[in-house]
Amino acid sequence: ELWKSFLNLKSFLFSYFSFRMIYTKRSDVLMMTPWFAPIVWEGTYNSEILNEQFRQRNVTVGLTVFLACGRSAEATGPTFLETAETYFMVGHRVNYYIFTDRPEEVPKVALKEGRNVVVLQVQNYPRWQEISMRRMEMLSYFSQQRFINEVSYLVCVDVDMKFNDQVGVEILSDLFGTLHPGFYTAERRSFTYEHRPASQAYVPSDEGDFYYAGGFFGGTVTEVYKLTKKCHEAIMVDKANGIEAIWQEESHLNKYFLYHKPTKILSPEYLWDDNLGRPEILKKRRFLAVPKNHAAIRNK
Amino acid sequence: MSYPQPFVDKPQRTDVLLVSPWLAPIVWEGTFNRDILNAQYRQKNFVVGVATFAVKKYVRFIEGFLGSANKFFLSGHRVNFYLFTDHPEKVPSINLAPEKRLFIIPVQNYSRWQDISMNRMDIISNHIHSHWRYEVDYLYSMDIDVQMFEHIGVEIIDTLVGTISSWQYTKPRDSNSYERHPESRAAIPHGEGDFYYAASFYGGSVSEVYKLTTACFKGVTEDRANGIEAKWHEESHLNKYLLYHKPTRLLSPEYYWDEELIRPRIIRVKRLSSVRKDLQELERLTLLLGGLRELLVPCSSLDSLVSFFFCREAKCVL
Repeated sequence: ELWKSFLNLKSFLFSYFSFRMIYTKRSDVLMMTPWFAPIVWEGTYNSEILNEQFRQRNVTVGLTVFLACGRSAEATGPTFLETAETYFMVGHRVNYYIFTDRPEEVPKVALKEGRNVVVLQVQNYPRWQEISMRRMEMLSYFSQQRFINEVSYLVCVDVDMKFNDQVGVEILSDLFGTLHPGFYTAERRSFTYEHRPASQAYVPSDEGDFYYAGGFFGGTVTEVYKLTKKCHEAIMVDKANGIEAIWQEESHLNKYFLYHKPTKILSPEYLWDDNLGRPEILKKRRFLAVPKNHAAIRNK
Repeated sequence: MSYPQPFVDKPQRTDVLLVSPWLAPIVWEGTFNRDILNAQYRQKNFVVGVATFAVKKYVRFIEGFLGSANKFFLSGHRVNFYLFTDHPEKVPSINLAPEKRLFIIPVQNYSRWQDISMNRMDIISNHIHSHWRYEVDYLYSMDIDVQMFEHIGVEIIDTLVGTISSWQYTKPRDSNSYERHPESRAAIPHGEGDFYYAASFYGGSVSEVYKLTTACFKGVTEDRANGIEAKWHEESHLNKYLLYHKPTRLLSPEYYWDEELIRPRIIRVKRLSSVRKDLQELERLTLLLGGLRELLVPCSSLDSLVSFFFCREAKCVL
């Protein structure tokens, strides 16, 4: 029986090394939240495995953007769509849902197989803040009316961006949010949550997990519907009470994610602004802000 | 609810893998907040079922299993224990917590323990189909010859859950634990494999466990028809299934620790472990390690190396 004891010792020693050796590819970042939502960083996932899982299910992903609506479509539209063709959900079925008040200005971009553009005409609003907040209303309406029958997942992003690297099925989950690039190492007290109790977006000062960016969130159609509906209702209540949350729908999004925790979180690789530099922690910059012409779009 | 802020640049643990390559969480001590999880879970009013088999001499483990599970398993949440036994009269009476229920189900025994083991899959899939799918939301299969020493809570609840074996001591692709003979339905080709999963503790949603047990037992039946038996019986079939239907959550070896092994430091908590079957084994190992220490040139760095490797309880024995 001595051989068994030897085997035991050997197995024990190897077990110590093997758990360590095989796997810790990123030891510099938080890979999972305390409620088991993975945080997606380069080096934490295997695209081949994930692509095969999602291909087997033949999922279609909806990507929603709000185009023009007060800004020049020429500045942002083509770059967004062209780079999406190169980097977004490559190899999977994609519907681009383009909300616009000027359907004639939607750029014509050559699309790969299995990918479609759907133009949805919507009302324009004079203030950009209003446009921003009405997105929640429009997303919830169309989720119920249309998206639920056409796609499995929705990805809701800002349009003044361009794709710069892979954004694939690794992001998909029941409900996901993205870490805001300006706050991912900040302390809770610096998060720009709405702190006025009068607003529906109010978050008490001793609470909060992360500060999520309003420019990139998503999930299954059902979950996105619930989120956008809740946020829209909260915005309307605020309106009736004569208050507007400090960062508009982003404030309401953050409140929602605190009490309905995301099942997956995207690292700032997925929403970056080169003005913030290139920190060591950022191995990829997948989705980048395109420089805005602020003077042209900000209200006087 | 108030709790410390999680920090993006401060990982909880850097000594072990926390997320699988397909982004399934791996449950280790120190990585989760059970209060948050409980708050999420309670809203949903789930019932969890546990299937376990105590056949022939294994009836002697019932008391230890149920007693410790009553205390440590999903404490405060509703659980139905489904105990299959060929000696229902030998089941001791145990005072269970109010949200825990025990169902004793008579079952046939087989002469070969391997057959008892492998037929568990069939029994489980039949019972899910006939009535468990109406009674529980999640179902777990556990060996009876185990005891729990620490809380096992809602962190185990997910769609398809496998436990990483405490015997995994080589890179999984090179592992010789997988069944490799191509004639067996459980065969995994060389170069493939994610982890080696223990058949002693697995589970998930009722529908997923139904699919798993049905598929595994189909493999067992086909092997039998061809006169083959997989190396580690239904565990081999389980590993094949979980390779091609990847779990949505993995439990670290904290959740099933083979008592024969000495626990390394990365296993900070022993939540559930097999019951020590043979104390003689432990004595022999102790002697071996003691002798090993004698042979090595004594020096402070070696002593600290040895103590670094071994957890406190083994140190006392040494």
